[in-house]
Amino acid sequence: MIEAPPSQNLSTKPHVVRDNSSPMIAVRSVVKRIGQQEILRGVDLEVKTGETLVIIGRSGGGKSVLLKHLVGLMTPDAGEIWIDGHNIIGMNERQLGSIRKKIGILFQSGALFDSMTVEENIAFPLREAGEKDPKVLHTKVEEMLEVIEMEGQEDKMPESLSGGMKKRVGLARSIIRRPSCVLYDEPTSGLDPVVADSINRLIRRLQQRLGMTSVVVTHDMKSAFDVANHIAYLHEGRIYFYGTPTQLQQARDPILQDFLLGRSDGRGD
Amino acid sequence: MVRFFNALGTPVLAFFQYLGELVLLAGDTFHSIFTHKLRWKLFLNQVVEIGLLSQLVVVITGAFTGAVFAAQTFFQFNKIGMGSATGAVVSVSICRELGPVLTALMVAGRVGAAMSAEIGTMKVTEQIDALRALAVYPTDYLVVPRALAMMVSMPLLVAECIAVGIAAGYFIAIFLLEINGTYYMANMVRWTRNRDIIMALSKAFCFGILIVFISCQKGLSAREGAVGVGRATTEAVVNSSLAVLICNFFLTMLLNIIYPAGYQ
Repeated sequence: MIEAPPSQNLSTKPHVVRDNSSPMIAVRSVVKRIGQQEILRGVDLEVKTGETLVIIGRSGGGKSVLLKHLVGLMTPDAGEIWIDGHNIIGMNERQLGSIRKKIGILFQSGALFDSMTVEENIAFPLREAGEKDPKVLHTKVEEMLEVIEMEGQEDKMPESLSGGMKKRVGLARSIIRRPSCVLYDEPTSGLDPVVADSINRLIRRLQQRLGMTSVVVTHDMKSAFDVANHIAYLHEGRIYFYGTPTQLQQARDPILQDFLLGRSDGRGD
Repeated sequence: MVRFFNALGTPVLAFFQYLGELVLLAGDTFHSIFTHKLRWKLFLNQVVEIGLLSQLVVVITGAFTGAVFAAQTFFQFNKIGMGSATGAVVSVSICRELGPVLTALMVAGRVGAAMSAEIGTMKVTEQIDALRALAVYPTDYLVVPRALAMMVSMPLLVAECIAVGIAAGYFIAIFLLEINGTYYMANMVRWTRNRDIIMALSKAFCFGILIVFISCQKGLSAREGAVGVGRATTEAVVNSSLAVLICNFFLTMLLNIIYPAGYQ
Protein backbone atom coordinates (compact mmCIF):
# COMPACT_ATOMS: atom_id res chain seq x y z
CA MET A 1 0.00 0.00 0.00
CA ILE A 2 1.15 3.50 -0.73
CA GLU A 3 1.12 5.57 2.38
CA ALA A 4 1.48 9.26 3.14
CA PRO A 5 4.60 10.84 1.74
CA PRO A 6 6.56 13.45 3.64
CA SER A 7 4.67 16.61 2.78
CA GLN A 8 7.76 18.61 1.83
CA ASN A 9 8.42 16.31 -1.12
CA LEU A 10 5.10 16.78 -2.79
CA SER A 11 4.60 20.06 -4.45
CA THR A 12 3.17 21.53 -7.59
CA LYS A 13 5.85 24.21 -7.39
CA PRO A 14 9.16 23.71 -9.19
CA HIS A 15 11.44 21.63 -7.06
CA VAL A 16 15.11 22.22 -6.57
CA VAL A 17 17.33 19.92 -4.58
CA ARG A 18 19.53 21.78 -2.16
CA ASP A 19 22.54 19.85 -1.10
CA ASN A 20 26.12 20.54 -0.25
CA SER A 21 27.44 18.20 -2.96
CA SER A 22 27.76 19.92 -6.33
CA PRO A 23 25.16 18.92 -8.89
CA MET A 24 26.29 17.30 -12.13
CA ILE A 25 23.15 18.63 -13.80
CA ALA A 26 21.01 21.60 -12.79
CA VAL A 27 17.89 22.55 -14.69
CA ARG A 28 16.44 25.95 -13.82
CA SER A 29 12.97 27.15 -14.84
CA VAL A 30 13.14 25.47 -18.24
CA VAL A 31 10.25 26.24 -20.57
CA LYS A 32 9.79 24.58 -23.95
CA ARG A 33 7.04 25.01 -26.49
CA ILE A 34 6.69 22.81 -29.56
CA GLY A 35 4.23 24.40 -31.95
CA GLN A 36 1.31 25.63 -29.89
CA GLN A 37 1.88 23.14 -27.10
CA GLU A 38 3.82 24.05 -23.99
CA ILE A 39 5.70 20.85 -23.17
CA LEU A 40 7.82 22.08 -20.26
CA ARG A 41 6.40 24.84 -18.08
CA GLY A 42 9.22 25.72 -15.77
CA VAL A 43 11.12 22.60 -14.85
CA ASP A 44 13.59 22.87 -11.97
CA LEU A 45 15.71 19.86 -11.15
CA GLU A 46 19.14 18.92 -9.90
CA VAL A 47 21.06 15.69 -10.30
CA LYS A 48 23.90 15.19 -7.86
CA THR A 49 27.19 13.77 -9.01
CA GLY A 50 27.20 9.99 -8.80
CA GLU A 51 23.47 9.55 -8.20
CA THR A 52 20.80 7.96 -10.35
CA LEU A 53 17.72 10.07 -10.91
CA VAL A 54 14.72 8.48 -12.56
CA ILE A 55 12.24 10.75 -14.30
CA ILE A 56 8.78 9.23 -14.60
CA GLY A 57 5.59 10.61 -16.03
CA ARG A 58 2.82 9.92 -18.48
CA SER A 59 3.44 9.38 -22.19
CA GLY A 60 3.80 12.63 -24.09
CA GLY A 61 4.51 14.46 -20.86
CA GLY A 62 7.88 15.81 -21.99
CA LYS A 63 10.30 13.38 -20.33
CA SER A 64 12.27 12.65 -23.49
CA VAL A 65 12.15 16.34 -24.42
CA LEU A 66 13.64 17.19 -21.03
CA LEU A 67 16.34 14.54 -21.49
CA LYS A 68 17.29 15.93 -24.90
CA HIS A 69 17.68 19.37 -23.32
CA LEU A 70 20.26 17.98 -20.92
CA VAL A 71 22.67 17.17 -23.75
CA GLY A 72 21.86 20.23 -25.83
CA LEU A 73 19.92 18.35 -28.53
CA MET A 74 17.04 20.72 -27.90
CA THR A 75 17.17 24.33 -26.77
CA PRO A 76 14.69 25.66 -24.22
CA ASP A 77 12.61 28.77 -24.86
CA ALA A 78 13.49 29.99 -21.38
CA GLY A 79 15.53 28.84 -18.42
CA GLU A 80 19.04 27.58 -17.80
CA ILE A 81 20.71 24.19 -17.94
CA TRP A 82 23.98 23.71 -16.08
CA ILE A 83 26.14 20.69 -16.82
CA ASP A 84 29.15 20.17 -14.59
CA GLY A 85 29.26 23.87 -13.79
CA HIS A 86 28.72 25.15 -17.34
CA ASN A 87 25.56 26.83 -18.52
CA ILE A 88 24.97 25.21 -21.90
CA ILE A 89 22.31 27.67 -23.03
CA GLY A 90 23.70 29.90 -25.73
CA MET A 91 26.52 27.50 -26.60
CA ASN A 92 26.79 26.64 -30.28
CA GLU A 93 27.10 23.07 -31.55
CA ARG A 94 30.89 23.10 -31.54
CA GLN A 95 31.09 24.51 -28.01
CA LEU A 96 28.62 21.87 -26.87
CA GLY A 97 31.05 19.21 -28.11
CA SER A 98 33.24 19.45 -25.01
CA ILE A 99 30.17 19.12 -22.74
CA ARG A 100 28.81 16.19 -24.74
CA LYS A 101 32.05 14.29 -24.30
CA LYS A 102 31.19 14.11 -20.59
CA ILE A 103 27.71 12.75 -21.26
CA GLY A 104 26.53 9.56 -22.90
CA ILE A 105 22.95 9.14 -24.05
CA LEU A 106 21.01 5.99 -24.80
CA PHE A 107 18.22 6.77 -27.23
CA GLN A 108 14.86 5.07 -27.01
CA SER A 109 15.40 3.37 -30.37
CA GLY A 110 19.11 2.79 -29.83
CA ALA A 111 19.81 5.16 -32.77
CA LEU A 112 22.54 2.89 -34.08
CA PHE A 113 24.25 3.93 -37.31
CA ASP A 114 22.62 1.52 -39.73
CA SER A 115 25.49 1.56 -42.21
CA MET A 116 27.94 0.26 -39.58
CA THR A 117 28.41 -3.09 -37.89
CA VAL A 118 27.96 -3.54 -34.15
CA GLU A 119 31.73 -3.24 -33.69
CA GLU A 120 31.94 -0.06 -35.76
CA ASN A 121 29.01 1.43 -33.86
CA ILE A 122 30.54 0.73 -30.46
CA ALA A 123 34.02 1.87 -31.53
CA PHE A 124 32.67 5.04 -33.15
CA PRO A 125 33.16 7.41 -30.18
CA LEU A 126 36.73 6.18 -29.65
CA ARG A 127 37.58 6.49 -33.33
CA GLU A 128 36.18 10.01 -33.37
CA ALA A 129 38.24 10.80 -30.29
CA GLY A 130 41.35 9.93 -32.31
CA GLU A 131 42.01 6.26 -31.47
CA LYS A 132 43.24 4.65 -34.67
CA ASP A 133 44.85 1.40 -33.50
CA PRO A 134 42.53 -1.43 -34.67
CA LYS A 135 43.80 -3.76 -31.95
CA VAL A 136 43.02 -1.30 -29.17
CA LEU A 137 39.61 -0.58 -30.67
CA HIS A 138 38.81 -4.27 -31.04
CA THR A 139 39.87 -5.04 -27.48
CA LYS A 140 37.74 -2.25 -26.07
CA VAL A 141 34.76 -3.28 -28.17
CA GLU A 142 35.12 -6.86 -26.95
CA GLU A 143 35.18 -5.62 -23.36
CA MET A 144 31.99 -3.65 -23.94
CA LEU A 145 30.32 -6.61 -25.64
CA GLU A 146 31.10 -8.66 -22.57
CA VAL A 147 29.60 -5.98 -20.33
CA ILE A 148 26.36 -5.95 -22.36
CA GLU A 149 26.38 -9.75 -22.67
CA MET A 150 26.60 -9.80 -26.46
CA GLU A 151 29.92 -11.53 -27.06
CA GLY A 152 30.61 -12.66 -30.62
CA GLN A 153 28.04 -10.35 -32.24
CA GLU A 154 30.45 -7.67 -33.39
CA ASP A 155 30.04 -8.34 -37.11
CA LYS A 156 26.25 -8.09 -37.16
CA MET A 157 24.49 -5.18 -38.78
CA PRO A 158 21.90 -3.26 -36.69
CA GLU A 159 19.05 -4.45 -38.94
CA SER A 160 19.65 -8.02 -37.82
CA LEU A 161 19.47 -7.19 -34.11
CA SER A 162 16.41 -7.36 -31.88
CA GLY A 163 15.14 -4.26 -30.10
CA GLY A 164 16.82 -5.26 -26.86
CA MET A 165 20.13 -5.93 -28.56
CA LYS A 166 20.00 -2.56 -30.30
CA LYS A 167 19.49 -0.87 -26.95
CA ARG A 168 22.38 -2.73 -25.42
CA VAL A 169 24.67 -1.84 -28.33
CA GLY A 170 23.49 1.76 -28.04
CA LEU A 171 24.32 1.64 -24.36
CA ALA A 172 27.77 0.20 -25.06
CA ARG A 173 28.40 2.98 -27.57
CA SER A 174 27.34 5.64 -25.09
CA ILE A 175 29.54 4.40 -22.25
CA ILE A 176 32.67 3.22 -24.08
CA ARG A 177 34.28 6.63 -23.64
CA ARG A 178 33.54 6.42 -19.88
CA PRO A 179 31.47 9.60 -19.63
CA SER A 180 30.81 11.02 -16.20
CA CYS A 181 27.08 11.01 -16.82
CA VAL A 182 24.73 8.77 -18.83
CA LEU A 183 21.20 9.66 -19.88
CA TYR A 184 18.85 6.76 -20.61
CA ASP A 185 15.67 7.27 -22.62
CA GLU A 186 13.30 4.38 -21.86
CA PRO A 187 16.11 1.82 -21.47
CA THR A 188 13.78 -1.09 -20.76
CA SER A 189 10.73 -0.33 -22.91
CA GLY A 190 9.79 -3.14 -25.25
CA LEU A 191 12.20 -5.59 -23.63
CA ASP A 192 11.38 -8.88 -21.99
CA PRO A 193 11.72 -8.89 -18.18
CA VAL A 194 15.01 -10.79 -18.22
CA VAL A 195 16.73 -8.40 -20.64
CA ALA A 196 15.15 -5.44 -18.83
CA ASP A 197 16.61 -6.70 -15.58
CA SER A 198 20.04 -7.08 -17.17
CA ILE A 199 19.86 -3.44 -18.31
CA ASN A 200 18.86 -2.36 -14.80
CA ARG A 201 21.77 -4.31 -13.34
CA LEU A 202 24.08 -2.66 -15.83
CA ILE A 203 22.86 0.82 -14.87
CA ARG A 204 23.42 0.01 -11.19
CA ARG A 205 26.85 -1.44 -11.92
CA LEU A 206 27.94 1.65 -13.82
CA GLN A 207 26.89 3.81 -10.92
CA GLN A 208 28.51 1.64 -8.26
CA ARG A 209 31.76 0.72 -10.02
CA LEU A 210 32.44 3.79 -12.13
CA GLY A 211 30.53 6.40 -10.12
CA MET A 212 28.60 7.50 -13.20
CA THR A 213 25.76 9.94 -12.73
CA SER A 214 22.63 8.63 -14.42
CA VAL A 215 19.35 10.12 -15.49
CA VAL A 216 16.80 7.51 -16.52
CA VAL A 217 13.52 8.33 -18.23
CA THR A 218 11.09 5.44 -17.94
CA HIS A 219 7.52 4.26 -17.54
CA ASP A 220 8.71 0.99 -16.09
CA MET A 221 8.14 1.35 -12.34
CA LYS A 222 10.03 -1.84 -11.52
CA SER A 223 13.03 -0.45 -13.32
CA ALA A 224 12.58 2.92 -11.60
CA PHE A 225 12.53 1.37 -8.13
CA ASP A 226 15.46 -0.91 -9.04
CA VAL A 227 17.89 1.79 -10.09
CA ALA A 228 16.81 5.11 -8.58
CA ASN A 229 18.38 7.08 -5.78
CA HIS A 230 15.76 9.73 -6.44
CA ILE A 231 12.64 9.81 -8.54
CA ALA A 232 11.10 12.88 -10.15
CA TYR A 233 7.52 12.78 -11.46
CA LEU A 234 6.97 15.10 -14.41
CA HIS A 235 3.36 16.17 -14.60
CA GLU A 236 1.85 18.85 -16.84
CA GLY A 237 5.25 20.24 -17.71
CA ARG A 238 6.53 20.58 -14.14
CA ILE A 239 8.26 18.41 -11.55
CA TYR A 240 5.28 17.39 -9.47
CA PHE A 241 7.13 15.09 -7.12
CA TYR A 242 10.76 14.64 -6.17
CA GLY A 243 11.87 12.13 -3.59
CA THR A 244 13.33 8.75 -2.86
CA PRO A 245 11.69 5.56 -4.16
CA THR A 246 10.43 4.85 -0.63
CA GLN A 247 8.84 8.29 -0.40
CA LEU A 248 7.15 7.75 -3.74
CA GLN A 249 5.80 4.39 -2.65
CA GLN A 250 4.38 6.04 0.44
CA ALA A 251 2.79 8.91 -1.45
CA ARG A 252 -0.98 9.24 -1.06
CA ASP A 253 -1.43 11.90 -3.69
CA PRO A 254 -4.15 10.72 -6.10
CA ILE A 255 -2.19 11.72 -9.22
CA LEU A 256 0.84 9.73 -8.09
CA GLN A 257 -1.30 6.81 -6.98
CA ASP A 258 -3.07 6.72 -10.35
CA PHE A 259 0.29 6.59 -12.07
CA LEU A 260 1.83 4.01 -9.76
CA LEU A 261 -1.19 1.74 -9.88
CA GLY A 262 -1.76 2.28 -13.58
CA ARG A 263 -5.29 3.67 -13.12
CA SER A 264 -6.87 5.75 -15.85
CA ASP A 265 -9.26 8.53 -14.86
CA GLY A 266 -12.07 6.93 -16.81
CA ARG A 267 -11.62 9.03 -19.93
CA GLY A 268 -11.29 5.90 -21.96
CA ASP A 269 -14.74 4.63 -20.92
CA MET B 1 -6.82 42.23 -48.77
CA VAL B 2 -4.91 41.13 -45.68
CA ARG B 3 -5.65 37.53 -46.57
CA PHE B 4 -4.33 38.13 -50.10
CA PHE B 5 -1.04 39.54 -48.84
CA ASN B 6 -0.84 36.80 -46.25
CA ALA B 7 -1.32 34.16 -48.94
CA LEU B 8 1.29 35.88 -51.09
CA GLY B 9 3.74 36.59 -48.29
CA THR B 10 3.87 33.17 -46.64
CA PRO B 11 5.42 31.28 -49.58
CA VAL B 12 7.76 34.19 -50.32
CA LEU B 13 8.96 34.20 -46.72
CA ALA B 14 9.30 30.41 -46.79
CA PHE B 15 11.35 30.68 -49.98
CA PHE B 16 13.73 33.23 -48.49
CA GLN B 17 13.99 31.20 -45.29
CA TYR B 18 14.91 28.18 -47.41
CA LEU B 19 17.52 30.19 -49.30
CA GLY B 20 18.88 31.42 -45.97
CA GLU B 21 19.17 27.85 -44.67
CA LEU B 22 21.04 26.84 -47.84
CA VAL B 23 23.45 29.75 -47.52
CA LEU B 24 24.04 29.01 -43.83
CA LEU B 25 24.72 25.35 -44.58
CA ALA B 26 27.11 26.30 -47.38
CA GLY B 27 28.88 28.83 -45.13
CA ASP B 28 29.13 26.31 -42.32
CA THR B 29 30.50 23.68 -44.71
CA PHE B 30 33.16 25.92 -46.23
CA HIS B 31 34.15 27.09 -42.74
CA SER B 32 34.49 23.47 -41.71
CA ILE B 33 36.49 22.57 -44.84
CA PHE B 34 39.09 25.22 -44.05
CA THR B 35 39.23 24.86 -40.28
CA HIS B 36 38.64 21.20 -39.44
CA LYS B 37 40.30 17.92 -40.23
CA LEU B 38 38.89 16.04 -43.22
CA ARG B 39 37.65 12.49 -42.69
CA TRP B 40 39.51 10.97 -45.63
CA LYS B 41 37.75 7.61 -45.52
CA LEU B 42 34.32 9.20 -45.76
CA PHE B 43 35.55 11.53 -48.50
CA LEU B 44 36.91 8.66 -50.58
CA ASN B 45 33.72 6.64 -50.04
CA GLN B 46 31.77 9.57 -51.40
CA VAL B 47 34.11 9.94 -54.38
CA VAL B 48 33.33 6.31 -55.19
CA GLU B 49 29.61 6.86 -54.63
CA ILE B 50 29.36 10.09 -56.63
CA GLY B 51 32.15 9.74 -59.16
CA LEU B 52 32.79 6.09 -59.84
CA LEU B 53 29.25 4.74 -59.56
CA SER B 54 27.83 7.49 -61.78
CA GLN B 55 30.08 6.51 -64.69
CA LEU B 56 27.60 4.35 -66.55
CA VAL B 57 24.78 6.88 -66.35
CA VAL B 58 27.04 9.70 -67.49
CA VAL B 59 28.62 7.72 -70.31
CA ILE B 60 25.25 6.63 -71.69
CA THR B 61 23.88 10.17 -71.39
CA GLY B 62 26.93 11.64 -73.13
CA ALA B 63 27.05 9.03 -75.88
CA PHE B 64 23.44 9.20 -76.95
CA THR B 65 23.23 12.97 -76.62
CA GLY B 66 26.33 13.39 -78.79
CA ALA B 67 25.03 10.88 -81.32
CA VAL B 68 21.56 12.36 -81.70
CA PHE B 69 22.89 15.90 -81.69
CA ALA B 70 25.36 15.08 -84.49
CA ALA B 71 22.58 13.44 -86.52
CA GLN B 72 20.12 16.33 -86.10
CA THR B 73 22.77 18.95 -86.82
CA PHE B 74 23.84 17.10 -89.95
CA PHE B 75 20.23 16.76 -91.19
CA GLN B 76 19.77 20.53 -90.96
CA PHE B 77 23.23 21.70 -92.02
CA ASN B 78 23.49 19.31 -94.94
CA LYS B 79 20.57 21.09 -96.62
CA ILE B 80 22.74 24.18 -97.00
CA GLY B 81 25.91 22.29 -97.74
CA MET B 82 27.49 22.72 -94.32
CA GLY B 83 27.51 19.09 -93.22
CA SER B 84 31.19 19.21 -92.28
CA ALA B 85 30.44 21.95 -89.69
CA THR B 86 28.56 19.35 -87.66
CA GLY B 87 31.66 18.52 -85.62
CA ALA B 88 32.17 22.10 -84.52
CA VAL B 89 28.53 22.55 -83.50
CA VAL B 90 28.41 19.27 -81.61
CA SER B 91 31.69 19.90 -79.82
CA VAL B 92 31.03 23.50 -78.76
CA SER B 93 27.41 22.80 -77.73
CA ILE B 94 28.32 19.76 -75.68
CA CYS B 95 31.15 21.61 -73.99
CA ARG B 96 29.29 24.78 -73.19
CA GLU B 97 25.77 23.55 -72.47
CA LEU B 98 24.71 19.97 -72.97
CA GLY B 99 27.55 18.22 -71.17
CA PRO B 100 27.40 20.16 -67.90
CA VAL B 101 23.60 20.44 -67.78
CA LEU B 102 22.75 16.86 -68.66
CA THR B 103 25.44 15.46 -66.36
CA ALA B 104 24.19 17.67 -63.53
CA LEU B 105 20.59 16.54 -64.09
CA MET B 106 21.65 12.90 -64.05
CA VAL B 107 23.78 13.39 -60.94
CA ALA B 108 20.94 15.27 -59.22
CA GLY B 109 18.66 12.32 -59.90
CA ARG B 110 21.10 9.63 -58.92
CA VAL B 111 23.33 11.13 -56.24
CA GLY B 112 21.19 14.01 -54.93
CA ALA B 113 18.29 11.68 -54.24
CA ALA B 114 20.55 9.18 -52.46
CA MET B 115 22.15 11.89 -50.33
CA SER B 116 18.85 13.35 -49.31
CA ALA B 117 17.31 9.95 -48.56
CA GLU B 118 20.32 8.75 -46.56
CA ILE B 119 20.66 11.90 -44.47
CA GLY B 120 16.87 12.19 -44.12
CA THR B 121 16.63 8.62 -42.83
CA MET B 122 19.43 9.33 -40.37
CA LYS B 123 17.52 12.41 -39.22
CA VAL B 124 14.19 10.70 -38.59
CA THR B 125 15.78 7.67 -36.91
CA GLU B 126 17.70 9.88 -34.44
CA GLN B 127 21.07 8.90 -35.94
CA ILE B 128 21.94 12.56 -36.45
CA ASP B 129 20.98 13.28 -32.84
CA ALA B 130 23.24 10.37 -31.89
CA LEU B 131 26.10 11.95 -33.86
CA ARG B 132 25.55 15.26 -32.09
CA ALA B 133 25.31 13.56 -28.71
CA LEU B 134 28.63 11.84 -29.43
CA ALA B 135 30.17 15.29 -29.95
CA VAL B 136 30.40 14.87 -33.72
CA TYR B 137 29.23 17.89 -35.67
CA PRO B 138 26.89 16.63 -38.43
CA THR B 139 28.15 19.15 -41.00
CA ASP B 140 31.72 17.89 -40.52
CA TYR B 141 30.71 14.26 -40.71
CA LEU B 142 27.95 14.24 -43.31
CA VAL B 143 28.13 17.35 -45.48
CA VAL B 144 31.84 18.13 -45.81
CA PRO B 145 32.89 14.76 -47.32
CA ARG B 146 29.95 14.86 -49.73
CA ALA B 147 30.58 18.46 -50.75
CA LEU B 148 34.29 17.90 -51.38
CA ALA B 149 33.66 14.65 -53.23
CA MET B 150 31.10 16.43 -55.40
CA MET B 151 33.50 19.31 -56.13
CA VAL B 152 36.12 16.79 -57.27
CA SER B 153 33.81 14.37 -59.08
CA MET B 154 31.48 16.67 -61.00
CA PRO B 155 34.13 18.30 -63.23
CA LEU B 156 35.55 14.85 -64.00
CA LEU B 157 32.12 13.44 -64.80
CA VAL B 158 31.33 16.40 -67.06
CA ALA B 159 34.69 16.03 -68.81
CA GLU B 160 33.89 12.37 -69.35
CA CYS B 161 30.41 13.15 -70.65
CA ILE B 162 31.83 15.69 -73.10
CA ALA B 163 34.55 13.34 -74.33
CA VAL B 164 32.10 10.49 -74.85
CA GLY B 165 29.55 12.82 -76.49
CA ILE B 166 32.08 14.19 -78.95
CA ALA B 167 33.38 10.71 -79.72
CA ALA B 168 29.87 9.37 -80.28
CA GLY B 169 29.07 12.33 -82.54
CA TYR B 170 32.23 11.66 -84.51
CA PHE B 171 31.42 8.00 -85.05
CA ILE B 172 27.86 8.75 -86.11
CA ALA B 173 29.02 11.51 -88.45
CA ILE B 174 31.81 9.56 -90.07
CA PHE B 175 30.45 6.00 -90.21
CA LEU B 176 26.70 6.54 -90.43
CA LEU B 177 26.25 9.95 -92.04
CA GLU B 178 29.41 9.66 -94.15
CA ILE B 179 30.74 13.13 -93.50
CA ASN B 180 34.32 13.70 -94.54
CA GLY B 181 36.34 12.98 -91.42
CA THR B 182 39.16 15.42 -92.16
CA TYR B 183 36.84 18.39 -92.58
CA TYR B 184 34.80 17.28 -89.59
CA MET B 185 37.87 17.16 -87.34
CA ALA B 186 39.40 20.32 -88.77
CA ASN B 187 36.23 22.33 -88.12
CA MET B 188 35.81 20.83 -84.68
CA VAL B 189 39.38 21.63 -83.60
CA ARG B 190 39.22 25.08 -85.16
CA TRP B 191 36.04 26.14 -83.37
CA THR B 192 36.50 24.39 -80.03
CA ARG B 193 38.76 26.38 -77.73
CA ASN B 194 40.20 25.91 -74.27
CA ARG B 195 37.71 28.44 -72.96
CA ASP B 196 34.86 26.09 -73.89
CA ILE B 197 36.42 23.40 -71.72
CA ILE B 198 37.01 25.89 -68.89
CA MET B 199 33.39 26.98 -69.14
CA ALA B 200 32.21 23.37 -68.94
CA LEU B 201 34.32 22.62 -65.89
CA SER B 202 33.33 25.87 -64.18
CA LYS B 203 29.68 25.05 -64.68
CA ALA B 204 30.26 21.50 -63.45
CA PHE B 205 31.81 22.80 -60.24
CA CYS B 206 28.92 25.23 -59.63
CA PHE B 207 26.26 22.62 -60.39
CA GLY B 208 27.96 20.15 -58.07
CA ILE B 209 27.86 22.66 -55.24
CA LEU B 210 24.19 23.41 -55.91
CA ILE B 211 23.22 19.73 -55.94
CA VAL B 212 25.14 18.81 -52.80
CA PHE B 213 23.86 21.66 -50.65
CA ILE B 214 20.26 21.39 -51.82
CA SER B 215 20.25 17.63 -51.25
CA CYS B 216 21.99 17.72 -47.87
CA GLN B 217 19.78 20.57 -46.63
CA LYS B 218 16.65 18.65 -47.62
CA GLY B 219 17.93 15.56 -45.82
CA LEU B 220 18.89 17.47 -42.69
CA SER B 221 15.48 19.12 -42.49
CA ALA B 222 13.48 15.91 -43.10
CA ARG B 223 10.65 15.26 -40.65
CA GLU B 224 7.73 12.94 -40.08
CA GLY B 225 9.18 9.51 -40.75
CA ALA B 226 9.12 7.71 -44.07
CA VAL B 227 6.73 10.20 -45.67
CA GLY B 228 9.03 13.05 -44.70
CA VAL B 229 12.07 11.29 -46.13
CA GLY B 230 10.20 10.59 -49.38
CA ARG B 231 9.13 14.22 -49.62
CA ALA B 232 12.64 15.46 -48.87
CA THR B 233 14.09 13.19 -51.56
CA THR B 234 11.60 14.32 -54.19
CA GLU B 235 12.12 17.98 -53.31
CA ALA B 236 15.90 17.52 -53.39
CA VAL B 237 15.80 16.17 -56.95
CA VAL B 238 13.25 18.70 -58.20
CA ASN B 239 14.94 21.68 -56.55
CA SER B 240 18.42 20.59 -57.65
CA SER B 241 17.27 20.12 -61.24
CA LEU B 242 15.49 23.48 -61.33
CA ALA B 243 18.45 25.21 -59.71
CA VAL B 244 20.78 23.68 -62.29
CA LEU B 245 18.61 24.83 -65.21
CA ILE B 246 18.06 28.33 -63.82
CA CYS B 247 21.67 28.86 -62.79
CA ASN B 248 22.82 27.52 -66.15
CA PHE B 249 21.23 30.49 -67.88
CA PHE B 250 22.91 33.02 -65.61
CA LEU B 251 26.23 31.18 -65.72
CA THR B 252 26.07 31.09 -69.52
CA MET B 253 25.46 34.83 -69.68
CA LEU B 254 28.23 35.54 -67.16
CA LEU B 255 30.79 33.11 -68.54
CA ASN B 256 30.10 34.23 -72.10
CA ILE B 257 31.42 37.64 -71.11
CA ILE B 258 34.59 36.10 -69.69
CA TYR B 259 34.96 33.34 -72.28
CA PRO B 260 33.10 34.46 -75.43
CA ALA B 261 32.06 31.73 -77.85
CA GLY B 262 33.35 31.43 -81.38
CA TYR B 263 36.62 31.67 -83.26
CA GLN B 264 38.44 34.78 -82.08
